[in-house]
Amino acid sequence: MNQRRSYQIGTGLFILLGFAALAYLATQTTSVANFQQGPSYTVKAEFTNIGQLKLRAPVKIAGVRIGSVKAIDLDQQKLQAKVQISIDNRFNELPDDSAAAIFTSGLLGDQYVAIQPGGSPTMLKDGDEFVLTQSSIQLEDLIGKFLVSGGPSKPGDSQNGDAKPDDDKTDTTKPAATPPAKSDTETKHQGA
Amino acid sequence: MSSVLKPKPTPEPRRSEFSMLGDSIAQVGACALFLLSILAAIPKSLKHVRETIRQIWFVGAMSLVIIMTCGLFVGMVLGLQLYYVLSIFGGTAALGTVVSLSLYRELGPVVTALLFAGRAGTSITAEIGLMRATDQIAAMEMMAVDPMAYVAAPRFLAGVIAMPLLACVFNMLGIFGAHLVGVSWLGLDNGTFWSNMTSSVDVWKDVINGVWKSCAFGAVVALIAVFQGYTTPPTSEGVAYATTRTVVFSSIVVLALDFVMTAFLM
Repeated sequence: MNQRRSYQIGTGLFILLGFAALAYLATQTTSVANFQQGPSYTVKAEFTNIGQLKLRAPVKIAGVRIGSVKAIDLDQQKLQAKVQISIDNRFNELPDDSAAAIFTSGLLGDQYVAIQPGGSPTMLKDGDEFVLTQSSIQLEDLIGKFLVSGGPSKPGDSQNGDAKPDDDKTDTTKPAATPPAKSDTETKHQGA
Repeated sequence: MSSVLKPKPTPEPRRSEFSMLGDSIAQVGACALFLLSILAAIPKSLKHVRETIRQIWFVGAMSLVIIMTCGLFVGMVLGLQLYYVLSIFGGTAALGTVVSLSLYRELGPVVTALLFAGRAGTSITAEIGLMRATDQIAAMEMMAVDPMAYVAAPRFLAGVIAMPLLACVFNMLGIFGAHLVGVSWLGLDNGTFWSNMTSSVDVWKDVINGVWKSCAFGAVVALIAVFQGYTTPPTSEGVAYATTRTVVFSSIVVLALDFVMTAFLM
């Protein structure tokens, strides 16, 4: 009798341990751990190209996660990607002229939506749409342009149309900065 | 069906390759029929639920130590190796992701199944083989106790139930080992390790798929172990061969089934 009780207790403990391990794996090491069931509101954004953006990809401001990608669909008229973004209700003070961009974490990491805050006094509400968006930068395009132009591409090429406003500044400064640097290395090379 | 379950007669003199091929096909067929008769006996075996619990204790709880030790070391070596490989590409931040995905999807179920075949499968085969050799199974039949329901089915069920739990424990210890190596020894950031893991591991596609796999592996290993024990020639040599065959066959079938299941569950 005693022995029987001991193995029954052992079996029970084993089963409990196994299920505890399963619960731990399922809740603490997977995307469930990131899942916040807090109240959220949804805003829309249209991109000409979303690259490798996936459902539940993070949405960040200044690198802080504020929400996630809720749905990805194709706009049939404009043939653009229609992305629904759900943002936690705690972050309800986003100016409505903010810009949404798709960036890559690291060189080859996952893609996420980064929001650059604007300066408008009115705030984004549920159902609003981002006016300014910037598509994901396609590595293949960059490489293709680099090969065709035979050198560092003009930064103006790499933007896909609807760029965020302050990109214009970099556009004007960069071409001026790059060619001298390039010719520098060339002259050095010839000199050597 | 009972003719299939009779112990094989002592091996006859050497025959041609064709009949050996026929023998192995017949083995596969007999094993499948055996599976059917186990499944048919499961309702009756619910009367002997205490025997099933004892078998879960024996094949599951008693295997915990070896599973936990091996899981820890597999996780540690994964941490070391992948850290080295990922550092070539400057991607050591992905260590947690890569370790957890490879454990949940492949290594957890497969290595646990191989260990399970070695630790529990062999003892099931040897136990049933000796029951056969000492006529205990014939005695049960004489006492109107169905040996399929009292001997075979509880061990089969115990394998199906215990294997996923063991694989989960293995995975957990593996993650712990990789964390130990990556974060505590190699200085990876703790937050990076966990957040990269949680952002790219999916419950259904990764964790639960691994659980299905280990259920299937548990069934296969337990079936082969019980079948080999049940059909072994009732000699000490026969039991020895049957034990070896359990490990060899279940390893092969687990690895082959792993490929097939991965292709289907992708």
